[in-house]
Amino acid sequence: MTDISPAEEVEAPPVDPNEVRLTINGHEVVSTKGEMVIAAAARAGDYIPHFCYHPRLEPVGMCRMCMVDIDGGRGPMLQPACMVPVSPGMKVDTGSPATKRAQEGIIELLLANHPLDCPVCDKGGECPLQDQSFSHGPGESRYVEEKRHYEKPIAISDIVFLDRERCILCDRCTRFADEVAGDALIQFNSRGNNTHITTFPDEPFASYFSGNTVQICPVGALTAKPYRFKARPWDLAQQESTCTTCAVGCRTVVQSSHDELLRYMGVDSDPVNHGWLCDRGRFNFESVKSADRLLQPLVRQADGFQPATWSAALAEAASLILEAKAAGGPKSIAVIGGARGTNEDAFAWSRLGHEVIGTPNVYSQMGDGLPADLLLLDRATIDQAASATTIVLLAPDLKEELPILYLRLREAAEKKRSRIIEFAPKQSGLTRNAWRHFAYEPGTQVAAVEKALADPEIAAQFAKGSVVVVAGRGNLAETSTATVRAIRTVLAANPGSRILPAFRRGNVVGALQVGMRTADGGLDTRAALQAAADGKIECLVLVGADPLTDFPDTDLARRALAGARRIVAVDTFLTPSALLANVVLAASAYAEKSGTTTNIEGRVTTVAQQVNPAGNTRADWMIAAELALDLGGDFAYETIDDVTADIAWHVAGHEAITPEALATAKDGIIAGLLPAMAQAKLLEAVIPERNSYDFRLVVSRTMYDQATGTANSPSLAHLATQTMVHLHPLDLGKVGTTEGATVKMSSTRATIVLNVVADPAVLRGTAWVPFNHSGANVGDLIDCTAAVNDVRIENL
Amino acid sequence: MTRLNEANVIIAKEIIGRYPKARSATIPLLHLSQQQNGYVTNEAMVQIAEMVGATSAEVLGTATFYEMFKFEPVGKYLVNICGTLSCALMGSETLLHHAEGKLGVKAGGTTEDGLFTLERAECQAACTEAPCLQVNYRYRYKVTTAELDQLLDDLAAGRLDGEVPPHGTVARVRQHIPADKAVGPVPPDAVVAPPAWITEGAK
Ligand code: SF4
Ligand code: SF4
Ligand code: FES
Ligand code: FES
Repeated sequence: MTDISPAEEVEAPPVDPNEVRLTINGHEVVSTKGEMVIAAAARAGDYIPHFCYHPRLEPVGMCRMCMVDIDGGRGPMLQPACMVPVSPGMKVDTGSPATKRAQEGIIELLLANHPLDCPVCDKGGECPLQDQSFSHGPGESRYVEEKRHYEKPIAISDIVFLDRERCILCDRCTRFADEVAGDALIQFNSRGNNTHITTFPDEPFASYFSGNTVQICPVGALTAKPYRFKARPWDLAQQESTCTTCAVGCRTVVQSSHDELLRYMGVDSDPVNHGWLCDRGRFNFESVKSADRLLQPLVRQADGFQPATWSAALAEAASLILEAKAAGGPKSIAVIGGARGTNEDAFAWSRLGHEVIGTPNVYSQMGDGLPADLLLLDRATIDQAASATTIVLLAPDLKEELPILYLRLREAAEKKRSRIIEFAPKQSGLTRNAWRHFAYEPGTQVAAVEKALADPEIAAQFAKGSVVVVAGRGNLAETSTATVRAIRTVLAANPGSRILPAFRRGNVVGALQVGMRTADGGLDTRAALQAAADGKIECLVLVGADPLTDFPDTDLARRALAGARRIVAVDTFLTPSALLANVVLAASAYAEKSGTTTNIEGRVTTVAQQVNPAGNTRADWMIAAELALDLGGDFAYETIDDVTADIAWHVAGHEAITPEALATAKDGIIAGLLPAMAQAKLLEAVIPERNSYDFRLVVSRTMYDQATGTANSPSLAHLATQTMVHLHPLDLGKVGTTEGATVKMSSTRATIVLNVVADPAVLRGTAWVPFNHSGANVGDLIDCTAAVNDVRIENL
Repeated sequence: MTRLNEANVIIAKEIIGRYPKARSATIPLLHLSQQQNGYVTNEAMVQIAEMVGATSAEVLGTATFYEMFKFEPVGKYLVNICGTLSCALMGSETLLHHAEGKLGVKAGGTTEDGLFTLERAECQAACTEAPCLQVNYRYRYKVTTAELDQLLDDLAAGRLDGEVPPHGTVARVRQHIPADKAVGPVPPDAVVAPPAWITEGAK
């Protein structure tokens, strides 16, 4: 007898209204509304060959390679899987005879005009067209006619070359340029058989993100100068790593051959970079193998620097530190830097500073950031920022300083997820995506924010949902005081908002978090330099820090380096500051050492060693550990993992970030709650009225400047321009000057001579000068303790 | 002066004003520039890009898609002789050779005096009247070599000035829509309700 008792009442699991069930090759696949068949199939492990489809670009259905049999209820039909969204009950067959015929046909057509120069093509061996011709092609061609001919590669920018014969017109590069980068500088030209990619005559594809097109081009049509004809893919060894050029922390693959770095590729990390890299991060590997690298320690003798053995150099450094301690106590020693390296480097140096030397004067920002205690505020992730209802920018130009963060926030605005409210002294890359842009003259930032907050429309916008404040230093020619106040004003008006620090330098957040920050009563970089200038510093330790180049107030940096009795420098190049040191310890560069790095979100990811350290260089953490031994401390570090584990053990918020955990955490691990820090005292100074003859100075960085990584990468170095002063076109008359003319620019500090650019992005009454460019040095004009810096500009 | 001249800039602004998105005016503005100079100049494309908020590359990409935009100087009269099947069967090849001989240029070329550009064209949708040709896109049907000679002579002598305007002229009368008669473009982003033809139709 069958049991017909009523079925037990079980609570039906809630059905996700967006869930779509379909069948792919006979098995059921659960997908979500809006997903394209090709993506659902990929997740289910059914590969559908394709060229134009890219998960991070809008579908276009250009190449037709993804045609498969799709039965949406009216019988199987060949349809492009990249253009057809899933629907309930849909049946997909990726291996039907019709599909196979379509694939062979498409490959034959694509190859009809393809030069088949695989043996001399950089893409050969990693080429989707080559691979899919083998896996899905007919094996032979019926096409015997003459192929289309074009001049072999033409330069479409300083870095990227285009071979139009190889191009299969997939629209990936052009979509990337338009949709993702917002630089629609390459386009399809003409029609039919004549279609080809072009730039406008004399307007090159000068995008900060151009390298990505090379990475996503499914054939060898686009190649990048630094890698052209350098290697074959099967000769490359590679490891996943993280870019530490800026603090976005994009995931990369670092590739080398015969112990030589050859290429970085972007890895698609969903929370961070979506596979993209900026050109600066992608191509500055050239600097690692630069002939100008510092290859061994140097010790200053009566007749200048002499190469030294490590033991001699370390002994010299140790004795300088001990002398300094004896002369002025531990507080007369300051350690500056640590942002260039890994967390392990920074941690070892912070221990050396705080524990072994015993000084509270340890700091890793170069006077161009914001107080470290901002890191204690509720921190947003990049994802949270890029999905916030409102994004408030109180930051430098993200396109120039944190390029991939710019891409992420640009996307948020383009896709209408977020509204951007920008406060800036000058228009930025994001201004055209901003819902509201408030230009303020330095000194009026807080007032501008207060005024905006009082606007009911803006208040209503804030009330609509989550708020993320992107906070950084928009102007190096004023103290950070106004920006900190402005941030606190926004936070006070919108409790619950989160903050994403737009700190720029490589691993500066990691360095601050693991301990390269002042202890009670310690001197930050500005204060330490001031003390050195006043003759109160017995020994200055520069860990990958170059105040002469990076500190905004060059005069103070110069006086500090002259006033410090002893200088120990650790660096990869003989920088202007290292040139003044008593001992220079030669450090290994990126990709020559492993470890971890922390991005602006607090996300800790791994950095891989891919090549052997150049010359006789050592990783910063090793240098710190050995110096500690000479100074009577013992860190007991043998491997990098010992240091990572030590951080997990000792640094609050890093408990879970062990080498073992990192090995499996694909997207890294976000550090937890940091230990308390005292709120930094803000520099108070009166904001003077601007004399109507004067211009208020705005100084910020651009992507390509004289940074060692850029200046020592031949493919990038020439992209950095000379220092020029940018004035609003309507202000040129005020000075009686014209575009391109040479002017004299004076502050209370100094006078520099430079050329004028008319630039409508600059606010009237202000003068914008990029920092750390060649030629005139704007740092000479800046007084870093002044609330604002005014300059007078005169025609020469 | 290969940018749009002052009078045309005013017209361009009027045209842009007709569209909810400035970019939509790209093609009308390309026509305007072709009308001014007989072809589309690079300078005009840069200017159009500025006016409609696109990049010059986007304007170039759009423009080059269309056969009827020219990017090099063409003659005052563009003579397109159809070379597709029906016309070919009815002797267009002879016609073309004849024209080449008379004008002294090969198909695709422009006479030295800048008066004529000769082109072999694809089907002009007048197959029943083969062989046919167009002068500045004005048709001539069932053309004989003698008629071709006559046509070219008349054009050269200016006898057809009233009938065939110079290359680039889309229409001799330009439409101006007074502000009170204009629809008033609504930017797509600002549209809140579905259009009347949907709401009304549903009733
Ligand atoms: S250059 Fe490469 S990415 Fe661009 S359309 Fe051609 S094949 Fe596609
Ligand atoms: S955005 Fe920053 S982290 Fe990303 S590739 Fe560029 S420099 Fe590197
Ligand atoms: S991948 Fe679908 S059409 Fe190109
Ligand atoms: S073939 Fe000449 S008009 Fe159609």
